[in-house]
Amino acid sequence: MLLITQTALELGFLYALVAMALFLSYRILDIADLTTDGCFVLGGAVSVTLTAAGHPILAIPAALLAGACAGYITAFLQTRAGVPSILAGIITNTGLYTINLMAMGWRSNASLLGVNTLFTMLRERGIGGDWYELLLAASVTIAAGVLLYLFLGTRLGLSIRATGDNADMVRASSVNPTFTISVGLCISNSLTALSGAMVGQYQKTMDINSGTGIVVIGLACLIIGETVLGRRTVLKGVIAVMVGSIIYRFIYAIVLSTNVVPIDCLKLLTAIVVALAIAAPTLKQWALFQKRKITARKGDD
Amino acid sequence: MLDVLDITKTFNAGTVNEKIAVSSLSLHLDAGDFVTIIGSNGAGKSTLLSAIGGSFYVDSGRIRLNGEDITFVPEYKRSKGIGRMFQDPLKGTAPHMTIEENLALAYLRASTYTSPFSRVSKAQREEFRARLAQLGLGLEDRMKNPVGLLSGGQRQALTLLMATLVTPKLLLLDEHTAALDPATAEKVLELTRRITAEHRLTCLMVTHNIQSALNLGNRTIMMNNGKIVLELSGKEREGMTLPRLMELFRERTRQDLDNDRMLLD
Repeated sequence: MLLITQTALELGFLYALVAMALFLSYRILDIADLTTDGCFVLGGAVSVTLTAAGHPILAIPAALLAGACAGYITAFLQTRAGVPSILAGIITNTGLYTINLMAMGWRSNASLLGVNTLFTMLRERGIGGDWYELLLAASVTIAAGVLLYLFLGTRLGLSIRATGDNADMVRASSVNPTFTISVGLCISNSLTALSGAMVGQYQKTMDINSGTGIVVIGLACLIIGETVLGRRTVLKGVIAVMVGSIIYRFIYAIVLSTNVVPIDCLKLLTAIVVALAIAAPTLKQWALFQKRKITARKGDD
Repeated sequence: MLDVLDITKTFNAGTVNEKIAVSSLSLHLDAGDFVTIIGSNGAGKSTLLSAIGGSFYVDSGRIRLNGEDITFVPEYKRSKGIGRMFQDPLKGTAPHMTIEENLALAYLRASTYTSPFSRVSKAQREEFRARLAQLGLGLEDRMKNPVGLLSGGQRQALTLLMATLVTPKLLLLDEHTAALDPATAEKVLELTRRITAEHRLTCLMVTHNIQSALNLGNRTIMMNNGKIVLELSGKEREGMTLPRLMELFRERTRQDLDNDRMLLD
């Protein structure tokens, strides 16, 4: 049980970075950024390859940079080349498949058995005791969250928020939406890549397909967190993604250990939950309208 | 201060919907001038303001602000020195950001020496509070509330404050009280009068209310078919009455002043 809790917390924090990225792109910038799946693997691939070469620390900034580049390409396609934003993400994502294979040395998976990672470095120094993995996962994610929160209060951060909130206002303010969207997507994708980089070192392996569906899982975490904490402020949003991600991993762990449903069904369940949650306002409206129609008909009789 | 030199703007050129919105128009504003603009529907009043604000580039002519040629400067760069307000109260503020965050953005974007990573200090926040208190709407106690919770009039007052928080070189008001109820509109107009006088702002205001066009500011221009047909200032403007103005318009353009919103007032 303790092991399950520990693992759920560790994975919760590591994958919370993806939810944080989606908080920035989907909630704040109001862009459904489908670069996420490929970008996660990109971060992992860069990280695992560099770690295997003996540079586990350098792997992290390299993965951040790689993620930012992927984000910039998506941003470039939609702001300067006029590609619709969803398509821009899909195009980058598709291209990234090849890039990711390349980054892993043209293999579809890479492993880090017997290689030093950030995690083993902590363990060797005895930092964090039995909880060293959680310590590292939590501190990286919380640090990213704090930085993101502080950043969103700066001039650039506020401009990014306004870009997603009121396009009309931004046009009449001295904010260049092309620039703010680019910066926003670079940051969100570097967060996604950071997640992949950490997960790669944590699990000591990276598979070319390990990013499939991660965008939907990230959205699920975001929605779970917002349901628990509400979504009024940026601070709440940043905390919510961590809470949501941890809850999601607990659900995952429970499903895995109890086999209520086969674990292979979890992606379908996640997809259904996300679809329902995003559709909720529309469904609510429809239900209210049906109710009105029925009451009105009753009145006619 | 502001020089608009012989500008022309045609929309949908070469189609059946071709519309010459502004045609060879020139206008000069001195520093501190407050010019009100009135005219019929489709006279080109809003187009003139949008051209100066940079919503589009003019087809010909030049626009200069403080001696700098801004004809081809993109909108987002121009707006650093130009405050703008529109008719729709929803256009000027970000609804999911708090009052304080909206003001912080307005302050940081317009200040001259800020890096992209600068934040507002506690002292600046206190100043925002003081400026909000001057609006007399009680907004100073709601600084942590999202702007989306405010009424149209409150939002418009906040937008006015945001546009003038850092004194702009030029303030463009495009019927900024037209969507408000009469009492609120009066209040926002009063605020406009006070803030522009306090900071000696150079201002261009489009309005459909002839009375406020004559009362506010120091000059009034009347537009028709994309041209200025009448310009009033000084004594002549002071003694102007509504019927006399309608008559003047008829003389100049050989048509009645028809603006549906004017008639409704």
